Amino acid sequence: MRSNGILRIVARFLIPLIMLFALYIQFHGEYSPGGGFQAGVVFAAAWILFALIYGLDAALDVIPERAMYVLGLDAALDVIPERAMYVLMLLGVLIYAGVGVAGVILGGHFLDYRPLLDDPQYAQQLGIVTVELGIGITVSTVTMLIFTMFVQRKSESLESEPLESEEQD
Amino acid sequence: MLFAIYSLLSAALFAVLDAGDVALTEAAVGAGISTILMLALLALVPRQEADAPRPNWPALAVVALTGSVLIYATLDFPEFGNPDNPVQTHVGPYYVEETYNDMGIPNMVAAVLASYRSIDTMGEGFVILTAGLAVYALLGGRRRRPKAKTTKRENGAP
Repeated sequence: MRSNGILRIVARFLIPLIMLFALYIQFHGEYSPGGGFQAGVVFAAAWILFALIYGLDAALDVIPERAMYVLGLDAALDVIPERAMYVLMLLGVLIYAGVGVAGVILGGHFLDYRPLLDDPQYAQQLGIVTVELGIGITVSTVTMLIFTMFVQRKSESLESEPLESEEQD
Repeated sequence: MLFAIYSLLSAALFAVLDAGDVALTEAAVGAGISTILMLALLALVPRQEADAPRPNWPALAVVALTGSVLIYATLDFPEFGNPDNPVQTHVGPYYVEETYNDMGIPNMVAAVLASYRSIDTMGEGFVILTAGLAVYALLGGRRRRPKAKTTKRENGAP
């Protein structure tokens, strides 16, 4: 889809805005609608849009279209590599659980934020922001990873099939 | 496509009902991500449907029985919208009245999700992680990517 100028220009204009909006609903979630889950999904949606539009990189003229799915991800995987997704999706839940364990270590219950800081309101806000960040990281990377898995499997099946059964999608 | 339109309409309905968090989630997940994942999945499966086996009558009987029992159980629900319902009298008023004093933040949904009901939300996080791991277990594994030019740029926006 990279050859389509309208898609490319509109996506170039939209993707930063979508990512900015994702960060906004991530970190402004205590004051306005939003939170980690929504922010993660919106961020992943921006990444998937990037993969759909910019995916077929310069590699396209090296190997023709049958490999377009796996190569289609390469531009997007340069931005966020697959290995980083594995690390980040675990890191998200570890941040969440780590906040809970920190509360235990500082003398409270599991996921009790009050021991974190002196002022109980600030402690609650700190806890909320941190666990929402963890949720956001996990949700966005898991969504990206599922998309990556689907697309890579499709490209593998395209590689193994004979040429005449190829389909244009 | 119909699912996406349905999700978008329900998102608009939630927005009309002043449930901004749910509307945002429905628009992002229902109309956006699940549609694109469904399309990616449709590209994976073969075009032709496999021949259906004979109808499984005992299974149909079990499903019908369970469904009718569940519908029967809804008759015991409290009256819809009644102010004396347990959902309105149990902990709900505490959240409405005390969230700002406890947390100093105005969004009650965030407060309930991330603080009052934090362990539930952690469970959700692990559910999502498990979903990712399950997809990896099913579809990952064989790594035959022809190019190895993935650069390490951690967590960076382009």
